[in-house]
Amino acid sequence: MKTFFSEIRGAIVLTIMLAVVCCGLYPLVVFGFAQVLFPGKANGSLIVDTKGVIRGSSLMGQSFTADKYFHPRPSAAGIGNGYDPTSSGGSNLGPTSKKLADSITQNISDYRAQNGLATNVMVPADAVTASASGLDPHISLRNADLQVARVAKARSLDEAKVRALIQQNTDAADLGFLGDPGVNVLKLNLALDAVK
Amino acid sequence: MHSTDWLQLAVFIGALVLITKPMGLYLGQVLDVKGRTWFDFLFKPLERLTYRLMGVDSEKEHDWKQYTFAMLMFSLVSCVFTYAVLRLQNHLPLNPQGFGPVSPDLAFNTAVSFTTNTNWQSYSGESTMSYLSQMVALVIHNFASAAVGIAIAAAIVRAIARHSGKTIGNFWVDLVRTTYYLLLPICVVFAVVLVSQGMIQNFKPYTKAKLTEPYTTQVPKLDDKGQAVMTNVVVTTQSAKLDAQGKPVLTNGVAVMVDVPTLDAKGQPVMTNVAVMVDQKIEEQTIVQGPMASQVAIKMLGTNGGGYANANAAFPFENPTPLSNFLQMLSIFSIGSGLTYYLGRMVKNQSHGWSVWTCMMVMFLGGVLLCWWAESKGNPIHQNLGVAVADGNMEGKEVRFGIFNSALFATVTTDASCGAVNSMHDSFTALGGFVPLFNIQLGEIIIGGVGAGLYGMLVFVVLAVFIAGLMVGRTPEYLGKKIQSFEIKMAMLAMLILAIDILGFAAWAAVSDWGKAGLNNAGPHGLSEMLYAFTSATGNNGSAFAGLSANTPWYNTTLAISMLIGRFLMIVPIMAMAGSLVRKKIAPPSVGTFPVSGGTFVILLLGTVLLVGALNFLPALALGPVVEHFLTLQGKLF
Repeated sequence: MKTFFSEIRGAIVLTIMLAVVCCGLYPLVVFGFAQVLFPGKANGSLIVDTKGVIRGSSLMGQSFTADKYFHPRPSAAGIGNGYDPTSSGGSNLGPTSKKLADSITQNISDYRAQNGLATNVMVPADAVTASASGLDPHISLRNADLQVARVAKARSLDEAKVRALIQQNTDAADLGFLGDPGVNVLKLNLALDAVK
Repeated sequence: MHSTDWLQLAVFIGALVLITKPMGLYLGQVLDVKGRTWFDFLFKPLERLTYRLMGVDSEKEHDWKQYTFAMLMFSLVSCVFTYAVLRLQNHLPLNPQGFGPVSPDLAFNTAVSFTTNTNWQSYSGESTMSYLSQMVALVIHNFASAAVGIAIAAAIVRAIARHSGKTIGNFWVDLVRTTYYLLLPICVVFAVVLVSQGMIQNFKPYTKAKLTEPYTTQVPKLDDKGQAVMTNVVVTTQSAKLDAQGKPVLTNGVAVMVDVPTLDAKGQPVMTNVAVMVDQKIEEQTIVQGPMASQVAIKMLGTNGGGYANANAAFPFENPTPLSNFLQMLSIFSIGSGLTYYLGRMVKNQSHGWSVWTCMMVMFLGGVLLCWWAESKGNPIHQNLGVAVADGNMEGKEVRFGIFNSALFATVTTDASCGAVNSMHDSFTALGGFVPLFNIQLGEIIIGGVGAGLYGMLVFVVLAVFIAGLMVGRTPEYLGKKIQSFEIKMAMLAMLILAIDILGFAAWAAVSDWGKAGLNNAGPHGLSEMLYAFTSATGNNGSAFAGLSANTPWYNTTLAISMLIGRFLMIVPIMAMAGSLVRKKIAPPSVGTFPVSGGTFVILLLGTVLLVGALNFLPALALGPVVEHFLTLQGKLF
């Protein structure tokens, strides 16, 4: 019985100690370093325009549907067009799901119609499938490339100019070999809007 | 399967090899009460203070019963603490979003989940948990449950290394030293590095961003109580419009379709309740904020895996770049890999440690290659619709990670009992999804959860030497200790509990309404969702085929029980085995001794693990991912 109570005491005291050290001091120390060393990143990599309005985060995708904008990937995060960071997630539909096959069929025909593609053009996978987070900020290089003509036409811009902006807003593989390159859609669209 | 992907794989394995020895040596210092570390100046006073407040004599060691009892008491107390905080979060500070209390069954499930190092999440963090709940109630277990795992592993290694003794270390000392000297210092550095990649660490309320392109969508209308307003409408089906003669009306040769009310047996139209929809203008994006980096660092290092946000390591803030992804994968494996070196050093047979490591790595490579191949091959059903074949299966994957890093992460997180995900396993191809499922079912002994991987693997080692002994007709020995019926009974108990728990609960769910109600997919994939849930819970992994709606009282309770069984009914027989091993004498090696290092041993161990895993689970897997693979090839949809 004596050991029982002494072990209970140890457990309670240690729980409190760990709560203070690991859950109080530790996040505060990280908070301090983060806010001093990387304030922009620690606060969400927010994109603020010249008027001081927060337009989004450079790490979070946003919904775009107009012809003059590059379109992000389909999103399963939240209602409507998705891209709601408070309900992140994928479709979670499996390989034999009819619902998934139907939505991919629809997305493919929409994508081809929007971008004036022939019905035998194979569509980039990322353009017609939902991402894991529903917030994917990127599209693949080929997906961006296939949208250039549409965006350039809608904005009466030179295609070369649009391609140059794509290049500026492409995140290359880290250290040259880690991960896959992708075009940041929100940054690209804001850059397009900034073109006079 | 591009050349840069092969390079990434090589760099990953190379980096793991490089950190294994230093980590093992450091573990040796941390897990020795008299050990010295670089952080003594900082943590020694704190360590002494902790022992004094706890009333613990750090010099006094425990026998296996005392050690296990202390571990159970600590788990119980800290579990109750978390339950209380979750239930009371609306009365506690640091709740800028004003979230209400967590429901009793969800709080029970979550408290158990984090205590057992599972981090199964039936909830979405960003819409359920206050900052205090995330930072204290959950993070405390990210540290503590990891430290408990390492402590148990250390106790068993001591039991193997010592002889003719009784005690196997002091649980409290192992727990405190692991937390202060190992987990905390690495986490501070790791968290700040993660912030440098774009991970957030703040205490601000969520930020509202103005959308560049606002739009209108339809949402269910809610009444004052927040309930959806419903209306009664006639159920209709589409059928061809007929003219007066009863022939289909055609335009351009295609039948014109009209909505026709569905009639019941009495000829009355069938009615149904649907939600009334109203327009809602979407003008803003709510950007999640909070103390994320500090939580993610320990979530990975401690193989906890519980995400800050629902999408876990796929959420852009939670894993912003391929570099952060690489470091997170490496951190999942770092301690588990180091523990194999620690084992070799403690038993004074370094090649035994490396042989165990090699066996793990062979299985790791097999898993990665199969998963990567299946995912890059993609889904033929979708490719027939017009999806580019070269892109592979991108459903539920992020562009920045692509096919390879998604497959690698899925393998790593289920080899170890981490359970964080950077892609949705539910949307993997049948064979791609088979890999994470089978990895967990093997017992998460491929590196494994911190500590848990090693003690799980040691059970297989004991079985392997036993089988080898039977084959040559000698009394089996492990590092000079006779393996007798008691050890084998305990080892078998640990294995059987795992299999019975997974298969029993999954079978129960599959034939129950509460089980089937949660499914997101029909056909064999639905069975896989249930099988994965109980596999993940019992294996204390925490990843999911996340389509399953598990936030129901039935699932929350049954999954919580699985997690408790998978953790503690595994540890207790293993500790009993340790108690028996530490008492044994060590016989000097002779020519007849079966060597526990080298190729023969690795193959024997590999065979034991795969045979036990396959015999237990292949029948169930045949009904899930295996049959689904063949149905995919035939283009069958559900």
